[in-house]
Amino acid sequence: MKGNEALAEAAVRAGCRFFFGYPITPQNEIPEYMSRRLPEVGGTFIQAESELAAINMVYGAAGAGARAMTSSSSPGVSLKQEGISYMAAAELPGVVVNMVRGGPGLGGIQPAQSDYYQATRGGGHGDYRTIVFGPATVQEGVDVMSKAFELADKYRTPVVILGDGMMGQMMEPVSLPEPLELAKVPLKPWATTGAKGRRPNVINSLFLDAEECEKHNLALQAKYDAIQATEQMAEIAFPGSDWFVVAYGTTARICREAIQEARAQGLSVGMVRPITLWPFPVNAFEKVVERAKGFLTVEMSLGQMVDDVRLAVNGRCPVRFFGRTGGMVPSDEEVLAEIEKMVEGRTR
Amino acid sequence: MGDKEFERPQGTEIVYERPKSLTDVVTHYCPGCTHGIAHRLVAEVLDELDARERAVLVAPVGCSVLAYNYFNLDTQQAAHGRAPAVATGIKRVLPDRVVFTYQGDGDLAAIGTAEIVHAAVRGERITVIFINNAIFGMTGGQMAPTTLLGQETTTSPKPTGRLAERAGYPIRVCEMLSQLDGAAYVARGSLSSPQNIAKAKRHIRKAFQAQLEGHGLGIVELLSSCNVGWKMSPVDALKWIDSHMVPVFPLGVFKDWSAAGVEAARLADSGVAAG
Repeated sequence: MKGNEALAEAAVRAGCRFFFGYPITPQNEIPEYMSRRLPEVGGTFIQAESELAAINMVYGAAGAGARAMTSSSSPGVSLKQEGISYMAAAELPGVVVNMVRGGPGLGGIQPAQSDYYQATRGGGHGDYRTIVFGPATVQEGVDVMSKAFELADKYRTPVVILGDGMMGQMMEPVSLPEPLELAKVPLKPWATTGAKGRRPNVINSLFLDAEECEKHNLALQAKYDAIQATEQMAEIAFPGSDWFVVAYGTTARICREAIQEARAQGLSVGMVRPITLWPFPVNAFEKVVERAKGFLTVEMSLGQMVDDVRLAVNGRCPVRFFGRTGGMVPSDEEVLAEIEKMVEGRTR
Repeated sequence: MGDKEFERPQGTEIVYERPKSLTDVVTHYCPGCTHGIAHRLVAEVLDELDARERAVLVAPVGCSVLAYNYFNLDTQQAAHGRAPAVATGIKRVLPDRVVFTYQGDGDLAAIGTAEIVHAAVRGERITVIFINNAIFGMTGGQMAPTTLLGQETTTSPKPTGRLAERAGYPIRVCEMLSQLDGAAYVARGSLSSPQNIAKAKRHIRKAFQAQLEGHGLGIVELLSSCNVGWKMSPVDALKWIDSHMVPVFPLGVFKDWSAAGVEAARLADSGVAAG
């Protein structure tokens, strides 16, 4: 299946019945698929008038108790940040797919990873985080989709799936999970369904009293601490290696090729591949950092995740960076050359 | 609300009380403000339609940002201008609930113009209560999209007030939305007098009926006073609605799915307002 369509089907199987979106390349197959698929399962698709409206429809639908999602690509996701901040503050679950393209501005339509900061630092205003997945294959995208809806409900927080244009357009065989029975989705007693036989439920992010607002932020932070403690996901390849490449998403697949070539040359190179970008999988780094001689972070950006790698490594060995940007995809030869430089201790 | 038990003398009958759809709290609204009247009218209609327990309010950003404290209803607080989008999400999930937004002129006619227009375009089965007081009240009296030409605000200051060459013209929301096929009921009322308030309540009831009967979006614009922002006494502010706002924002029914009598209703309303 095409990556975008596989993700859409995975969402339906994860119990998503409400999709609100606005066209933007390279993710259009998601709304297109949802527009024909959701009516088959009694769901609703709306092509909204803007990304702003779409994310606020997700807000309303989530507040009414449904599993709801939206998808977009970089410029559109910038517009959604308002709603994502409000959802985080009002503690509403929901899933946002970003098939990242080159930026800033209108950028291009080729794959990129330059929205890492936006996704992992909250993206909108205020003290908040979103859970962020960076799947590397279409199959992994399908797998994290179920997880995304599950965690969104569990923590009542928006979850971002950070793909890229290449993953969205790529066709790969996938095995899809059995559809979730909607009756198995835990009840949401906080949802605004009409105050029948109970006090009114209010979904709100306004705290005019500074003490109250701080209290609310601290409660959110306690939730984020719990997420950081329990929800990190990463893959470590060749954990006993001397040197490590760090990459996520499509870039990790290119790096895997380069690592195989490097190992064929006798170089001791492994990989740390974050699957959750927030919480950043610092625990995976702890497993390898003590004996590592150095890390090479490779991204389709000019260096964003590398900051988190440096924080995780915390000065215990050198951290290098290689990236292509604007929709350019690094080749395995380029990555191999960077690995060789790292091992040889060359700066250029 | 019935939290405080009121001991009623024998042989008497309650003829007027707080609607069940309102909470028993003191509001933060300024003395003289007509938000309280608008809240009460909406609450009375919800009570009369026996809709309180299946109603979901979407509160805006603006003076009525705290509406969730005053309505005894399930409520979602929306981002500035996005209430119709939020209401869309709720209504699509819960089509048998009574979903309505309560928005001011900055929220609905400036930052949320796209959301209200497209909610009407889609014919969302929601009801919209639109408070037009020609000013941004909550933020301290700035120019609104409905500010009249010549009207002084903190961002359309003396000596000219709002100047068309610099700041354009007041927007007539009802006239605009009535052009859209998905809008089932569009009416403008005023909270300036008991007669107009009674008429406004009828508009509100009809706008909820449009939703309950599945005809499409219903919107009622309520010309409201902001005596503090306008720097007037409450009484002068009510007079100003009639003398200054009504000529720019004529009262009446602009669209009614039960089309018969639309023109008649508009003429009748305009006649009363002009008189």
